[in-house]
Amino acid sequence: MDFTLDEEQEALRDAVRGLLKGYDPAVDAERRRHVTGEDPGFDEGLWGRLAEMGVLGLPFAEADGGMDAGPVEVAVVCEEIGRVLAPEPYVASVVLAGGLVAALGSDEQRAELLGGLASGERLLAYAEGEVAEPVVQGARADTIVWNVGGEVLVGPRPDGVTAYRTHDGGRAARLELDRGAVTPLGAGGDATDVVALVKAQAQIAACHEALGAMDTALRMTTAYLTTRKQFGVTLNRFQALTFRAADLYTALELTRSIVTWATLVAAESDDPVAVRHAAARAKLQTARAGRLIGQEAIQLHGGIGMTAEYAVGHYASRLTALNHWLGDAREQVALLSAGLTDHTVLDPLDA
Amino acid sequence: MRLRLTEEEAAFREEMRAFFTTEIPQHVRDTVATGHHVGKDDYVETMRVMNAAGLAVPNWPVEWGGRDWTPLQRHIWHEEMQLACVPPPLAFNANMVGPVIANFGSQEQKERFLPPTANLDIWWAQGFSEPNAGSDLASLTTRAVRDGDDWIVNGQKTWTTLGQHADWIFCLARTDPEAERKQQGISFLLFPMDSPGVTLRPIELIDGSFEVNEVFFDDVRVPGDLLVGEVNQGWSYAKFLLGNERVGVAPVGATKRALARLKEIAQESGALDDELTAARFVELENELLALELTALRVVAHSSDGKPHPASSVLKLKGTELQQAVSELAVDLAGPLSLASGSDTVPEWAALSAPTYLNLRKASIYGGSNEIQRQIIAGTILGL
Repeated sequence: MDFTLDEEQEALRDAVRGLLKGYDPAVDAERRRHVTGEDPGFDEGLWGRLAEMGVLGLPFAEADGGMDAGPVEVAVVCEEIGRVLAPEPYVASVVLAGGLVAALGSDEQRAELLGGLASGERLLAYAEGEVAEPVVQGARADTIVWNVGGEVLVGPRPDGVTAYRTHDGGRAARLELDRGAVTPLGAGGDATDVVALVKAQAQIAACHEALGAMDTALRMTTAYLTTRKQFGVTLNRFQALTFRAADLYTALELTRSIVTWATLVAAESDDPVAVRHAAARAKLQTARAGRLIGQEAIQLHGGIGMTAEYAVGHYASRLTALNHWLGDAREQVALLSAGLTDHTVLDPLDA
Repeated sequence: MRLRLTEEEAAFREEMRAFFTTEIPQHVRDTVATGHHVGKDDYVETMRVMNAAGLAVPNWPVEWGGRDWTPLQRHIWHEEMQLACVPPPLAFNANMVGPVIANFGSQEQKERFLPPTANLDIWWAQGFSEPNAGSDLASLTTRAVRDGDDWIVNGQKTWTTLGQHADWIFCLARTDPEAERKQQGISFLLFPMDSPGVTLRPIELIDGSFEVNEVFFDDVRVPGDLLVGEVNQGWSYAKFLLGNERVGVAPVGATKRALARLKEIAQESGALDDELTAARFVELENELLALELTALRVVAHSSDGKPHPASSVLKLKGTELQQAVSELAVDLAGPLSLASGSDTVPEWAALSAPTYLNLRKASIYGGSNEIQRQIIAGTILGL
């Protein structure tokens, strides 16, 4: 049992962190506001540099233009994205839509779609249902991967779709399926179990994005408490405030433990049900901690936390978005309730 | 990164599981499983079985019965013990005074005290807290004054857990009242509970139990060779001891077991069919899993033997969850929880409210949870 990154994984983290540094809202608060203020809501130049670094093809087979990396490497990237609140649709496009193509697509589909995704030339989006909303980057994506009741289809973005802005600065759209314009992904037919597994992998990746965001929100908050003065002293002199920060740290560390564990289950387990349950556990804990940390980060900042020009409120917004995307806490509780009597005690080392 | 245990680690876990589930007397494990207080004889019998197998004091130096285990092995030992409903080695002996004597005591003190401490031939009491020195332990006022080679001790200790069973007490006393800082001028003394001048008064707790005591010292004479380490250096030994206390204080395995038992009860009674009740179990299991994994992260990264700062997180969250499970038991019992004196309602229901009340102590002892928040805010977050 080992929860530390190896040297290559650390190098990947440092490279992604270095690339994203200029986009850190703590370094340049206006840059993110400017990028998210205009369509498509993310920086296509940065997307291209992520492609050059191999990040967009990270989880895919080398034969499909990818890097053949696993859930841990994906986690490393997502956490860095979350840390600086990068609006690039990595989880939606690469992990989820790309993940479905990788799992189900024919040789030709994988070569074409994943090759284009990895090189940054083709953006993928994931749509659920015949009328799907909100589809993250549904108006910008070149290719839509549809999940219609467990049947997975693929086709070009329908015409005449317009994007709207989501509260966290992203873009989404409403898409309607045109059966005449899509083809089955791979052999076609019911792929419910594969979809559930890929979604679980995307949930875990989204949890890592949230971990990065929570970490920054807490850092910003503790930094603020040690500099902001009221009543002639810095705020960290008030125990009522520092104790709340301690509770945020506790929530973050517990979440980090369970999300990291879920990543390792996804990396090592052959049992798709175990991976789905681990993802549900990570998603539930992340939802609880994300809400707490988002709320408290604003409250401990006071009025400045409410302003659009200060970053901390955007962290709360993004954490809220991540909580409700790919299944909220209620959904995870329902799934886990159904399996409650399958075990006497949970054994994390035997998942 | 790797989740699975290595083959050696997995074999170690099997070995521990087999030992705890087959070698510890069943009547002791039943007492723990049903949520009853463990009596003195059961503690002694269990610790002697463990000591005979070399499993009572693995955290001690090897020459005094310790095992050269990795932090993960020690964690597995501790978890398997709790899951098997085995009362842990007496903390005052195994986690507190034993390591202090082994690290700071004289050779003579080690030879005299460590073997009977490991075997629970001596039952130790902790003489730390005083009526006016709780979380602010360093403000203690019990005095020890030189008289020739001896020390004369006067003062009062309180919250002395299971002191009614104790043969000896380890005690912090002020030996230099003129010291500049209150942390200076404190010494660490050992003496028998039946020394002339020692009086013990039991304190009844809100659940009707007698776990803690007041201990009064009236001109108690302590030979000079029963002072551990150096005069006036007791605070540093106490801090060493309290760091050890905090590590074992997150009862992950025991809380998991308590929750599993409640789940079984709720399943049998049909209570688990209620979605709200099932959701509480799900949330608690999830938080406990997160806590257990955090404990695993901490043990994996504390190689130098010093407590990881995140051990405060374990104490804080571990006791909160322990209390939350006891709350769930009271809620499942519902009106039957009032029938604590009944022998006709199910035993778990009759015990639920006393247990719930008793466990309020968990967020107070071992460094109150407010002290843990202070440590997290100060040493980890820099606030």
